[in-house]
Amino acid sequence: MAAVSTATAARPSQATRSGGISDRGIAWLFITPTILLLLAINIFPLIWTVRMSLTNYKANMGWMKYRFVGIDNYVDILTDPDIWDAMQTTARFVFWSITLEVLLGFGLALLINRKFRGHSFWTTVILLPMMLSPAVVGNFWTFLFQPQSGLFNYVVSFFTGIDPASFQMIGDVKLAPWSIVLVDVWMWTPYVMLICLAGLRSIPDYIYEAAEVDRASAWRRFWSITLPMVMPFLMLAVLFRGIENFKMFDMVNLLTNGGPGSLTETVSITLKRAAFEKWQTGWSSALAIILFLTVFGAANIYIKVLNSVKRR
Amino acid sequence: MKNPCRKILAGVLATAMVLVGSAVQAKSLTLCWAAWDPANALVELSKDFTKQSGIEMKFEFVPWTSYADRFLNELNSHSKLCDLIIGDSQWVGGAAENGHYVKLNDFFDKNGIKMSDFAAPTVVGYSEWPKNTPNYWALPAMGDAVGWTYRKDWFGRPELRAEFKTKYGHDLAPPTNWDEFLQVAKFFQNRVIDGKKVYGAYIFTERGSEGITMGVTNVMYDYGFEYENPKKPYELNGFVNSPGAVKGLEIYKQIFDCCTAPGMTNAYMSEGLDAFKSGQVAMQMNWFAFFPGLYKAMGPDKIGFFVNPAGPAGHFTQLGGQGLSVVSYSDNRAEALQYMKWFAQPAVQKKWWSLGGYSCLNAVLNDPSFPASAPFAADFLASMNMVKDFWAEPIYATLLLDMQKRIHDYVVANKGTAQDALNGLTKDWTRDFKDAGK
Repeated sequence: MAAVSTATAARPSQATRSGGISDRGIAWLFITPTILLLLAINIFPLIWTVRMSLTNYKANMGWMKYRFVGIDNYVDILTDPDIWDAMQTTARFVFWSITLEVLLGFGLALLINRKFRGHSFWTTVILLPMMLSPAVVGNFWTFLFQPQSGLFNYVVSFFTGIDPASFQMIGDVKLAPWSIVLVDVWMWTPYVMLICLAGLRSIPDYIYEAAEVDRASAWRRFWSITLPMVMPFLMLAVLFRGIENFKMFDMVNLLTNGGPGSLTETVSITLKRAAFEKWQTGWSSALAIILFLTVFGAANIYIKVLNSVKRR
Repeated sequence: MKNPCRKILAGVLATAMVLVGSAVQAKSLTLCWAAWDPANALVELSKDFTKQSGIEMKFEFVPWTSYADRFLNELNSHSKLCDLIIGDSQWVGGAAENGHYVKLNDFFDKNGIKMSDFAAPTVVGYSEWPKNTPNYWALPAMGDAVGWTYRKDWFGRPELRAEFKTKYGHDLAPPTNWDEFLQVAKFFQNRVIDGKKVYGAYIFTERGSEGITMGVTNVMYDYGFEYENPKKPYELNGFVNSPGAVKGLEIYKQIFDCCTAPGMTNAYMSEGLDAFKSGQVAMQMNWFAFFPGLYKAMGPDKIGFFVNPAGPAGHFTQLGGQGLSVVSYSDNRAEALQYMKWFAQPAVQKKWWSLGGYSCLNAVLNDPSFPASAPFAADFLASMNMVKDFWAEPIYATLLLDMQKRIHDYVVANKGTAQDALNGLTKDWTRDFKDAGK
């Protein structure tokens, strides 16, 4: 044994084992299945989608010949006013839901960060909505929003005196977009709160103690210590929620299905309609690629800004 | 089992029994349709076929909301699920051109089934492709059109009749044109009857499948909407978006804005039935197919029927209904054709009507006793003589989705003007036809 140990110690960088497979070989052996899986479920579909996006292929008529149409699908999409409408709808939804989630989530995190009786219980209660499935939430709120029998209208009526049957959240032109924002905020504010809470807990106490010694006001402590130090966490929350909400589909599909008209038709709903109702596979592949590039580009820019904030 | 001959004999017998058993089992047909009242009537009717032929009938019924998606996918994937299918009138073009349905001309000739024995609009609507040519892909099976129901008891109240006459100068009665319709709808809107607030009218507004299109066309046809230039196929500009079509669309929006119940922004057949049965609306748009069940549920005192009102450009209504086709991928084609032959018999058609199905056979429809056979029979007959249908092109689904979006955007979501909506629709359809090589 001693001889073997000595021999091994004498050649630490040796790349072959007794079985004849080098370290590099073993490494490849382990990562090859993962790479193959990645290629099969991510890279190949992506390349295939790019290929499809250059054709007029229809998946429901797979037996029919299709032809290459070059970049016609891309030109058609980028010059289609309905697509820009859907993009604007998506942008408004992302903006308002994230703004409200950040404000409320940060506020809740500030409250929960304090020690009080029942602290753990209330934290759990606040976190409950984000633990539910979006499909369940969508169905649940659809019932709550029913004008005749839904609880939501009666709650509004109780506080405002408005006739509960006189308004409808998901069928009304003015209220439908807000009903989606409301449900998204209800579900995902706890998530933002959780990230903010992690940020608040990471601020060392001695910084606040030093500020108190300097007689800094609570407002000043918030602006000069709390907010700047939580900012990277907040930006991370915005990034996660932004990506999620940009591709929001399930909740909108269940609540309004893009209606009334196409007022709440986010770009994911447009994509689903083109791909699985009109069966314009080529055209919808092009739209999917455009969305992928948009999210990918925006996320990259955002991460660069996030890193620069962290460095400060 | 000492004797080897016995063993062999037992083996042969067992094999024969399995073979015979499977042959007997194979004598069954699957018929695909939507899940609704007439489908239940067909199940009842088909028992006679099983009794006569020994062929077991199986049924695959799916709700209307997924009917088109489900069965078009079955056809497009060349599935063998359905031997027979009662497909929507708009499917015939695609099903014929893509080889999903068996062409029936030879079969009809061989078995003495004449299309002239069926109501002409149903033959054009359900069986022919290309339209108005003698190429048949389905047997007219279930005639249907949009009609109207009204609250007979409310219309009959002396105090309401007197008030209406004072206000409009004529009797409160089922409307015969769209001006009268608006008067009646406005008259009932937000009125309190028996302590309950009621609304003027129920109309189709559904966005997801075909609802709002099947509703709005009833007004637009009457004001001059055409799908294309009657003299030059696929020329759309000036016909789809003609001044008359724009006016018709504006009237539909006016009805939606002034006279429907709150929350009816995405409503189709079942919502209309619920609204009418629960006493929420005075007048309801719906398919004739539902009227037997509705009449049974409400009784003769509460429900009355009328045909779609007329407009300045004519008097039309939207065609519904379906034809019975044999799926070309079926392994049981001979049995399926046998069922079709049986279904086409006048006695079977007569029973079909009596059970709640709408026969398209002239022998049934033109029978002198037909108009009085049900309270809605005369209106059904009148409606079937003034029907128009949506496109039946192979790309009908794309055309329908475009119309659903443009109309819903304008009527329900207040987006743009009627002219914008129809100009947009003209543009969409022109592009669709161009993509389809037309």
